[in-house]
Amino acid sequence: MNEAPLWSVFINACLINNFVLAYFLGICPFLGVSSKLATASRMGVAVTFVMVVSSICAYGIHRALIALDAPYLQLISFIAVIASTVQVVEMFIKKVSPALFRSLGIFLPLITTNCAILGVALFQTNKGYGFAQCLVYALGAGAGFSLALMLMAGLREKLELSRVPEVTKGTALSLILAGILSLGFMGFAGLGG
Amino acid sequence: MAGTLPPEAPLGTDEFLKGLWRENPVFVQVLGMCPALAVSNSARNALAMGLATLFVLLMSNLVISSLRRFVPREVRIATYILVIATFVTVVDYVIQAISLDLHKALGAFISLIVVNCLILGRAEAFASKHPLGQSALDALGMGVGFTAALFSLGAVREILGNGTLFGLSLFHEGFQPWVVMILPSGGFFTLAGWLLVFNVARERRTRVAATGTAEAAS
Repeated sequence: MNEAPLWSVFINACLINNFVLAYFLGICPFLGVSSKLATASRMGVAVTFVMVVSSICAYGIHRALIALDAPYLQLISFIAVIASTVQVVEMFIKKVSPALFRSLGIFLPLITTNCAILGVALFQTNKGYGFAQCLVYALGAGAGFSLALMLMAGLREKLELSRVPEVTKGTALSLILAGILSLGFMGFAGLGG
Repeated sequence: MAGTLPPEAPLGTDEFLKGLWRENPVFVQVLGMCPALAVSNSARNALAMGLATLFVLLMSNLVISSLRRFVPREVRIATYILVIATFVTVVDYVIQAISLDLHKALGAFISLIVVNCLILGRAEAFASKHPLGQSALDALGMGVGFTAALFSLGAVREILGNGTLFGLSLFHEGFQPWVVMILPSGGFFTLAGWLLVFNVARERRTRVAATGTAEAAS
């Protein structure tokens, strides 16, 4: 059992080992949905919610599979849980806010294949976190993902107005930005321990 | 390759070749970025990851293509994910059996092959609509293209960031490695660099084509 205090688990997931900028998880929505700040923040909330729910389920499943002595089923059951959580979130958003549903578009069902979410489930199992730690870890990872997404969206909104060389337009420029952001996040190393 | 194919399948080579260059998964379609960036800090890891993905892609394409008449439309995505997850579990255990070091270096990223959008993308866009042989060729082409892209990222990062290739030292003692290249930000920079190269090449080609047609018209 891992004994790390809760605040250090949170800081670790959110800043030091930021899921997008240090682990490269969830790059597809990071590049795809980060062109507008408003959409980016809502996407962050949706992803955080799915992360927390699937993290709780993953904790339970992990316990059950240990009891059943069937660790090889771990991956399959994790992905099944995530897929159904995403389905629930999708129906919920469609009911509550059709406008948001349209602006997220294809990226909503693609949360299923967002590696960040499966990443939370796998990493918390590897690190042997307890229930409270799992919850905080998922919240931290979600906060870190939203933070990176919103920073990127803010930068890209500014870039729309500036003149950039023709060849760098599109993904290449976003990746250079992400690299510089990632350099900045390296400054958090050593925080919290 | 072309000579061995029966004449009624002239598209066969194209299914294979398009993944290598024209529709390269990483550089052109920008799919499967997460593993491409995360494990490409050395050439060996990149190559292993590429081969693991190639295997999963090939097997899942084969299974999905042969099941395509029996899977109901409504649950197809769930079915594909389960098929893919099964093969990823197999690969995970196989790598653990072959080399524990490699398994440790790749870590959770082997399991994360499940959520590689490239594999689900090929299953949905190609294998669910095409017969067995074509799907296998498509998977092979895409897989080899993915492996090549990963290798070109990994090699650049290892050479610049460590001064080595496959662990062999390339430069003399005085070489000062760019440590940033094996850190996460180096992954972003390297991929951005490759994309820039591709952009410049594409732009030059369109410009040449445009002047060519203009000359032909005049």
